[in-house]
Amino acid sequence: MSAPFYKLGAFGDEASLIVAFLIGIGFGFFLERAGFGSARKLVSQFYLNDLAVFKVMFTAIVTAMLGVTYLSWAGFLDLSLVYLVPTYWVAQVVGGLLLGVGFVVGGYCPGTSVAATATGKIDGLVFVLGFAAGTLGFALAFPLVKGLYTAGDIGTKTLPQVLGIPYGIIVFAVVLMAVGGFMGATWVEKKMAGRAVPAKATE
Amino acid sequence: MASVTHDVVHEGVAEKARVAQPYMNPYLAGIGLGLVLLAAFVLVGRGLGASGAFNSAIAWLVSLVAPGYARSNEFLSAYIEEGTHPLKAWLVFEIAGAFVGALLSGLLAGRVAVAVEKGPRVSVGTRLALAFVGGGLMALGAALARGCTSGQALTGGSLLNLGSWAFMTCVFGGAYAVAFFVRRQWR
Repeated sequence: MSAPFYKLGAFGDEASLIVAFLIGIGFGFFLERAGFGSARKLVSQFYLNDLAVFKVMFTAIVTAMLGVTYLSWAGFLDLSLVYLVPTYWVAQVVGGLLLGVGFVVGGYCPGTSVAATATGKIDGLVFVLGFAAGTLGFALAFPLVKGLYTAGDIGTKTLPQVLGIPYGIIVFAVVLMAVGGFMGATWVEKKMAGRAVPAKATE
Repeated sequence: MASVTHDVVHEGVAEKARVAQPYMNPYLAGIGLGLVLLAAFVLVGRGLGASGAFNSAIAWLVSLVAPGYARSNEFLSAYIEEGTHPLKAWLVFEIAGAFVGALLSGLLAGRVAVAVEKGPRVSVGTRLALAFVGGGLMALGAALARGCTSGQALTGGSLLNLGSWAFMTCVFGGAYAVAFFVRRQWR
């Protein structure tokens, strides 16, 4: 095993921050390339006339998932050293629903709002400020929301562990699901194209 | 007079050069994003994120105003370490990079322009108010879920993390459930 390099001591904390900055550049670059600095492009996902959010997200998930799987099978990457967020399923279900509502009301998610701000979107900047205010509010109210925050604690769990199905089979199933989803998404886009007249993008 | 005409022509040329390029093919952009994520796993042993950078920033701001409270607050204290600046955090540097990367991509494609994104039937004021409210709601959701679309959906999704898949399903569910009610903002 030679990776993850940082966790195996190939470089230190200071260097890891430089790596963070460089990885961030790639992250922001591809978000903007995909059109995710635009709120109208992002929320089109929820009105079904442009499903790029689903396509980009699941292509990225499948790409990284296959990479991790093969590198781990090849004995290059120690997957047990890659950080997994522990599952608090109640908190994550409620949080996910709230985040989805915030997405279609606000037009962005945290990462894409940064890409929007970088490319001059005033609404992106206001979203960032709203997100900061919400984070502060959550922190101040933490004693009140701690019960919900820690609800559904079942520790670090992966789908293969919970379903009792081998890792490789789940990987294969996710790939099939993604490919099926892409075909379905393109079909929906074509259906919707006949209906809506796209309005002016910005004002 | 001649110089004015010249300026106008010059502006016309600049206007043409500024026409935005079309976005990248979503599958190509997705492969690019996936490879960046894979690089993070291989190099550092963690994935991408965004909301965590906001947590660090708020922890830092609160620690400036009320250092004792910041250390005693259970949520914020996780982002404060004795002897280290709260902004000297992995996700803060990553998000700073994301800002630069998005700006770079936008400049290369002629897509950097001051604008408010909204549908034609809503005022700028309403749109900005909804952007603020949406950002606030999302912050509560991301804090509860211990991550956002990047840290949970993208990163945890590709690692087959149980909580991430539950989260991701609910993000789409929540958004589709209310999309109808805010359609005037966008369409």
